[in-house]
Amino acid sequence: MVELDAGTILFAAIFTNNILLTNFLGLCPFLSISREVRSALGLGVAVVFVMTCTAVINYLAYYYLLVPLNLTHFRFIIFIVIIAAFVQLVEMTVERFFPALYYMLGIFLPLITVNCAILGASLFLIIREYNLVQSMAYGAGSGIGWMLAIIAVGAIREKIQKSAKLPKGLEGPAITLLVTGLMSLGFIAFSGMIQIQ
Amino acid sequence: MLQLFLSLLTISGIAALLALLLELADSYIADYGESHILINEEKDILVQGGNPLLATLMEQRIFIPSACGGKGTCALCKLKIHEGGGPVLPTETPYLSQQELADQVRLSCQVKVKSDLKIEIPEELFLVKEFEVVVERMETLTPDNRGLRLKILRPEEGIRFKSGQYVQLQIPRYELTKGPEFRAYSIASSSHEHDAVELVITKVPEGAVSTYVHDYLKEGDRLTIIGPYGDFYLRDSDRDILLIATGSGLAPVKSILYQLEYEKCRKKITLFFGDKKRPDLLYYEELTEMAARMSNFTYTPTLSRTNEEEPWDGERGRVTSLIEKYIPDEAPIDVYICGVPAMVESCVELLQGKGIPEERIFYDKFTS
Repeated sequence: MVELDAGTILFAAIFTNNILLTNFLGLCPFLSISREVRSALGLGVAVVFVMTCTAVINYLAYYYLLVPLNLTHFRFIIFIVIIAAFVQLVEMTVERFFPALYYMLGIFLPLITVNCAILGASLFLIIREYNLVQSMAYGAGSGIGWMLAIIAVGAIREKIQKSAKLPKGLEGPAITLLVTGLMSLGFIAFSGMIQIQ
Repeated sequence: MLQLFLSLLTISGIAALLALLLELADSYIADYGESHILINEEKDILVQGGNPLLATLMEQRIFIPSACGGKGTCALCKLKIHEGGGPVLPTETPYLSQQELADQVRLSCQVKVKSDLKIEIPEELFLVKEFEVVVERMETLTPDNRGLRLKILRPEEGIRFKSGQYVQLQIPRYELTKGPEFRAYSIASSSHEHDAVELVITKVPEGAVSTYVHDYLKEGDRLTIIGPYGDFYLRDSDRDILLIATGSGLAPVKSILYQLEYEKCRKKITLFFGDKKRPDLLYYEELTEMAARMSNFTYTPTLSRTNEEEPWDGERGRVTSLIEKYIPDEAPIDVYICGVPAMVESCVELLQGKGIPEERIFYDKFTS
């Protein structure tokens, strides 16, 4: 058990231990939806919401169901099923009751059902033995970190599309991966500041 | 052992709980009730909401073309949605041009029916329907061709098509097939007849549908047709008309001729029709009579496999030789060609060589 307050974890998860740029999780929606800032923002907000909620739900499911029943080895399948069902429920609810929100980000929800960053966050909080409040902070922080990363890349890609003349082989995902790699190097410079793992 | 049961029970329990939750959500949250869809400002249909528009229309037997099955990748299911479609979704934008966005065009597979809708369906799509038909008459037209007259069972539905278009004929499962089979056949009858269609079915060795029609089908049998489809039909213009057909390619051309006669067309109409021998000539008598009735219509059949000894005072050779012989360079004509692909291609090449622009040549390639 690490003695870190929730605020530190939140900060660390956003900057020093950014789940996308230091763990390279959740890359496929990151590559496909980062073409423009607007949709990157929509997807990012959806990820923040889902990650925070599933971190809490999975924390509860793990410590109040799997641990007492001695079934912790089932955490992968349980987490995946819970995330999928949760996303589905949220999608239905948003579509029905918040149409405006649905058109902005609901369309991205199915995309993140299988986002490995979300499963990753739930698994990390178990490995790092966070408590409920820390878990919530970690979930939210990871989500916000992921959102910042995709928005930053979205903005860079918009610029590239407008002005840069790329060789054919570097267009699309190739240049995105290069840019992400450089950004990741930058973020690794922060990593000595706070240790959360 | 106990641990095993406990694991199974817990995992199934959680899965069951989530399934129950989703099921409840599906029936309470995702229940959009009934919605009205007003089509082309005239037809109002009442549907159950919550499903994509494409699937909802399909249930109402309005068939919008779609190749990808509603996944939003083929962009064939575009429709104009004037009201109730909500904002354009990010899944649609890659397939819509600025003009289409301005015209309120949407992908009907992506738009969910959540409220009353006002939509516009191109007239010709609206006409595509599934018709139950009964074989009213069956005749042997030539040794290889059988003519079918199919009467529509619910005549109030009525089929509306443009001369030259085709329908999909569905036959039931029989010994040579694993399930129902579809093939496209052009309509040979007049487009002014709405309660029946005539098709010409050429015998194809081992062809599932043609074998069924030639060897199994009887008068009085019931079949299904879906249609009409196709962009081979008569266009409006002031130019004279040249029609070229071989074999059963004559079917849509005959329908076009009936339309021209019905409209009392005064343009010069020429038909070049080719087949192998005299008994193969489809609708010979009918067309000869038509030529006698219409002074502006010239019917020129040609035989490609007759000997000099056989009695035949008409043309000999292929339809391409008729083009060479009778069509002057840069003739001011519209050309409609229908038949096997090789014939269509050589005619198109020959006509373009004579300076007839591509956009005045319309064709339908028949494949077996």
